[in-house]
Amino acid sequence: MSNTPASAEAAETPYASTYTPYPGAPTALVGATIYDGAGGRIDGGTVLFADGKIVGVGGSELAIPSGYTRIDGTGKFVTPGIIDIHSHLGNYPSPSVQAHSDGNEATSPTTPDVWAEHSVWPQDPGFSRAMANGGITALQILPGSANLMGGRTATLKNVPSRTVQGMKFPGAPYGMKMACGENPKRVYGGRGRMPSTRMGNFAVNRQTWLDAKEYAEGDRDKRNLAKETLAGVLDGDILIHNHCYRADEMALVLDMGKEFGYKVSAFHHAVEAYKIGDLLKEAGTCSAIWADWYGFKMESYDGIPENAALLQNADACVVIHSDDENGIQRLNQEASKAQAAGKRMGIDIPDATVISWLTLNAAKAMGIDDMTGSLESGKMADVVLWNGDPLSVYSRPEKVWIDGAMLYDANDPKRRPVSDFELGQPGEGDVK
Amino acid sequence: MKRLFTLAAACSALAFTASVAAQDVTIINAKLAIGDGSEPINGGVIRIRGGTIVLVDSGDGETLGSSDDYLDVSRRDASGQPLVISVPVIDAKGAWVTPGIFAAVTDIGVFDVSGVRNSNDGGASDSRFSAALDISQAINPASEHIAVSRAGGVTRATVAHAPGDSIFAGQGATIDLGVDPEPITQARSFQMVVLGERGARIAGGGRTASNLELRNAMAEAQAYVAGAWEGEDALLTRPDVQSLVPVISGKQKLYIHAERASDIRKVIALKQEFPKLDIVLLGASEGWLAANALAASGIPVIADPLDDLPSSFEQLAATQSNVGRMRQAGVKVAIGGIGAFEQPRNLTQYAGNLVALSKVPRASGLTWGQAFASITSIPAEISGLGGKAGILQAGAMGDVVMWDGDPLELSSNPTRVFIDGIEQPLSNHQTRLRDRYRDLDESDLPKAYDW
Repeated sequence: MSNTPASAEAAETPYASTYTPYPGAPTALVGATIYDGAGGRIDGGTVLFADGKIVGVGGSELAIPSGYTRIDGTGKFVTPGIIDIHSHLGNYPSPSVQAHSDGNEATSPTTPDVWAEHSVWPQDPGFSRAMANGGITALQILPGSANLMGGRTATLKNVPSRTVQGMKFPGAPYGMKMACGENPKRVYGGRGRMPSTRMGNFAVNRQTWLDAKEYAEGDRDKRNLAKETLAGVLDGDILIHNHCYRADEMALVLDMGKEFGYKVSAFHHAVEAYKIGDLLKEAGTCSAIWADWYGFKMESYDGIPENAALLQNADACVVIHSDDENGIQRLNQEASKAQAAGKRMGIDIPDATVISWLTLNAAKAMGIDDMTGSLESGKMADVVLWNGDPLSVYSRPEKVWIDGAMLYDANDPKRRPVSDFELGQPGEGDVK
Repeated sequence: MKRLFTLAAACSALAFTASVAAQDVTIINAKLAIGDGSEPINGGVIRIRGGTIVLVDSGDGETLGSSDDYLDVSRRDASGQPLVISVPVIDAKGAWVTPGIFAAVTDIGVFDVSGVRNSNDGGASDSRFSAALDISQAINPASEHIAVSRAGGVTRATVAHAPGDSIFAGQGATIDLGVDPEPITQARSFQMVVLGERGARIAGGGRTASNLELRNAMAEAQAYVAGAWEGEDALLTRPDVQSLVPVISGKQKLYIHAERASDIRKVIALKQEFPKLDIVLLGASEGWLAANALAASGIPVIADPLDDLPSSFEQLAATQSNVGRMRQAGVKVAIGGIGAFEQPRNLTQYAGNLVALSKVPRASGLTWGQAFASITSIPAEISGLGGKAGILQAGAMGDVVMWDGDPLELSSNPTRVFIDGIEQPLSNHQTRLRDRYRDLDESDLPKAYDW
């Protein structure tokens, strides 16, 4: 970072996270089936956590230190907290009225200067549904896909907070949202300006990267919010999350990354990723995908439910994402459907691997895998206790801990968040 | 061991359907889910003759060989004796066998790619007509969305038009998802009117406007029946007012979309004002707040089951317990009208979620049988096909699905699908892509030659 002046580093620090873990009791979950998020499975295992961190994960022989609250998980399942790599909670919150439409700064094809966190409404009731029904403990909020470069993403812990700073995942790197294909060319072509074609998309992107390189390699003292973000990408500090459906376009984007010296951390909505599993594996780029969405736009016409399984079979990185305030409540179910589609064509993927699609793989693509995403000693105690197999439609989270604090308990009517918006209105505090 | 089996029901069914392609088939040793709300039964037997289910029972311990012979008294040989028909027997070996899924209020078959305007007949917002629009004219049985839904076990559906410039969205249709060229089970099976926030916006910006639009339309239709409709002074076009005549006489169902509890109560009141209306409530996110009144009204509901967010101000009280609570109050509730990205084949997943709720403290879920009925017999009954679709019973259409597991479970899929007794292909654009990209080997020729 020797070439990074102090002012540019200062640009990385504003709006810093003020999140601190809530108190929790030292806890021992015993007797449950454990999916550790890293592909491991322990039947009748024990998970220990205290002071916000995982203390130990093992079989029934693992000793429980004194002072731990023992929770019987017999017949139940434990996973790491579920992570959604692609959400618009907060920047397209409920109720989804025009006054709340804060996800697309659709006034210029490149807006790397905007930050999603400045749009997030922490009172979005969707955060609580994601926790209670989906076991979501961390999530990435992205700008929308109107723009080629939509701005910085925000990685949040799924804790209720008065401020977005109070939700910001401490230590998480920024991402930058990019978008391929139909959306940018439609939005700007519709206004009679560039880009109106896919070649226009690339031309604008390439020129923007060229200008960014000049900035990054030169004097960064003069503040430029857009170029600071792009320079952060070229420095490797900001991760690229690229909305891109079609296989041929993803291949072109990988080459654009080579041309300018950046890596795509994940393609999002990559419905055709299965056609280029080899290229994605080689690039080390994850595919963040739905289980079975298809056919709603031209570039989604070749979507197939076997996408995840074919990618896994090609040893490429799979992440199941939602992009949806309802889908985020059922990422586990979406993963299960994707697994079943694979099994039907003879690709048998172990349950424990499928769980990694929602946990460690998402964390890797978001750059937070050294802190969360798997049940390993020293990591954040982001934990879900499910009342049955999380890959079954009949199961729901029973308890959710974030940094060891129990923030949801199905058995305790008060241990669930109610947003300011919902207070005093029909349905306040209902089971939802 | 074979047996001879004479069946009057088969004869009458044959006389009506006379489908040359219909296969007679007997399925034995099935785990049968009837679709009527009961729990599944083991060792079930089901017979389909001439496209119609003629027998369903829990099995009598009898084993059949590879065929199940019966006497067809409607067909005689030269000596006047009934023909012996030899019917193949499918041994389900304990697999689940169910009625096909009945998807209520979908948009399948009216678009190829919803976002590609030219391929989408799901709405006609610039049309000068509204209530008279007839979606049966637009159904494409070769649509990939029909093929994909069929492979997911959906055998029959209702299809609705999206509203345009009128609160009347037009006449919906009931279709089958068979691969044959004739998809229509019943054209013009319902009219759709949109109230609530959306109807208010269409009508002029407020619920006051949509209320007047609705009442004016009723009045014009009544005037038309009385021969007192004056075209030049009317607000409706002639085809639109004509199309509302069967609605006001109760001959055509009126689906009313409303979400807010107060709007739902207005719908109930409408029934008191116009008693002949055959109303079905669609949406009903806050239905649980008016559940007792709904039950007393007898109005059935088609609900989007997993809404639990205040997506709009008319859905503040949305909860996944909505369906369970309405059901407990005695409302007839089907699951349907699900959003564009959630396809009809996911109705099983939705129903399974309502079963899952029964394990969540204070939530109101459904039993397995109730949940399965909510995507089979109940939507069929609401759609006017009670006893004919969404259920395994003698006299019902031969819409039967065999599954590789519990049909509500995420890991399960149909293995064989019959519609009107005809076994259906389960391949489609998606399965072809899957097979082409099973590997990425292009060492001999490009993928374009792999077909």
